[in-house]
Amino acid sequence: MTSALGKDLLDLESLTPDQIRLVLDTAVPFKEISERAIKKVPALRGQTIVNLFFEASTRTRISFEFAEKRLSADTVSIASSGSSVQKGETLVDTARNLEAMRIDMVVIRHGASGAARFLADRIESNVINAGDGTHEHPTQGLLDLLTLRDHFGSLEGLRVCIVGDVLHSRVARSNIWGLRKMGAEVAVCGPKSLLPYAIADFGVTVFPRVEEAIEWAQALNILRLQLERMHAGYIPSLREYNRVFGITRERLDRATRDVLILHPGPMNRGVEIDSDVADGPHSVILNQVTNGVAVRMAVLYLLAGGRPELAEAAKGGGER
Amino acid sequence: MTTDNSTLLDSRAMDRTLRRMAEEIVELNDGTADLIVVGIQRRGVQLADRIVRTIFEREHVSVPRGALDITLYRDDLQTVGPRPVVGPTDLPWNLDGKQVVIVDDVLYTGRTVRAALDELADFGRPSRVSLAVLVDRGGRELPIHADVVGKKITVDPRDRVDVFVEELDGRDAVVIVRTERA
Repeated sequence: MTSALGKDLLDLESLTPDQIRLVLDTAVPFKEISERAIKKVPALRGQTIVNLFFEASTRTRISFEFAEKRLSADTVSIASSGSSVQKGETLVDTARNLEAMRIDMVVIRHGASGAARFLADRIESNVINAGDGTHEHPTQGLLDLLTLRDHFGSLEGLRVCIVGDVLHSRVARSNIWGLRKMGAEVAVCGPKSLLPYAIADFGVTVFPRVEEAIEWAQALNILRLQLERMHAGYIPSLREYNRVFGITRERLDRATRDVLILHPGPMNRGVEIDSDVADGPHSVILNQVTNGVAVRMAVLYLLAGGRPELAEAAKGGGER
Repeated sequence: MTTDNSTLLDSRAMDRTLRRMAEEIVELNDGTADLIVVGIQRRGVQLADRIVRTIFEREHVSVPRGALDITLYRDDLQTVGPRPVVGPTDLPWNLDGKQVVIVDDVLYTGRTVRAALDELADFGRPSRVSLAVLVDRGGRELPIHADVVGKKITVDPRDRVDVFVEELDGRDAVVIVRTERA
């Protein structure tokens, strides 16, 4: 089964600009479906999708579930707690057992980088990466691109700065790949201890001071400080982080132009972002959430279709 | 591959045909009260626009014009795969009790209309749904018929009926495209 996106969606690194554009263009009409009184179309009727979440998630899991249900797929969500994973079953065994029940797609979130690829190589179902370790979170990257494109009309030449904990952030990696492929200029800003060692190899500008980043950027994608992944002393204290790198009203007011504010959530209010910025007039944080459902619907729809061997038999079904 | 094309309707014939269809639509629905004209993406939308314009010229009433993209209601996603672009559906009205006229360019197998009926049902319960098509080329695979037909013609399944509209294609015409027989 091959679609315009291939069998799986594992990362944005391996997508072409045309494939990314296809997902974004497909997502636009999907937005309207969520505005209808009956928020459902039959496109994925009869498809079975398993959401396999080995890490805590509210937004992404619910967003995928809504996307699946609004396309009429049958879905099951499994969290690692309360499943046989706790009894020591391996990832592959879990997936193979699910496949034996004849599923069509797996959406996986896992703490280990590369987990989605590992699974995709071993099962026949379509695999969608919903975040793997510190590697990538492709649907988040795509929804950020869509939100930026909605606002600015085009991504070409757009200046976007990713602020904060880039080191632990799969969102940052997907954003960098996606934005650069679509012709945007990308910068990062954060404490040196939270930037990857070879960050310049990604082709991004590095701003050591957040004031410079704000002055340069048209949009800031503010990352969550991933406290649960910080086992060593990356930053002196949350208060100091907020004082030096926090996005505050005062810092934005000093900039010469308005800067669009994105945040993948969940927010640590008062740490990486202040409340009056998060809830301010230039924040598109909730638009990101709305777009998330549409982008995931587009990805599911694009991955679901296309069995070339059957296409011939169905020809003539099209109306001309 | 293509060897022989013949024009079924030129721009003047197409204009005349659409005007007649507009009249028939008004007649069929006993006037314009509660009438909504819905075009199927893509070329049905432009045809619906023309019909609505003609109704306005004759009856001095503006009839709402909606758009329906039936891509997500097709029964061939698994086989043919996703269409390259899903178009917008635009039906910002409650359809309960309305008289809906679906407008499409070519009626062939009936599968598009089947999908359109399914999609309409998700927007409400019209008191009546009728179908107007510019060309009925025969070859139905479902029990569906058109109430208002611009031109009826039987076309070999190997041939194609292409409808061109000024807004998208720069000219108005209906052309039968014959493919070379092996």
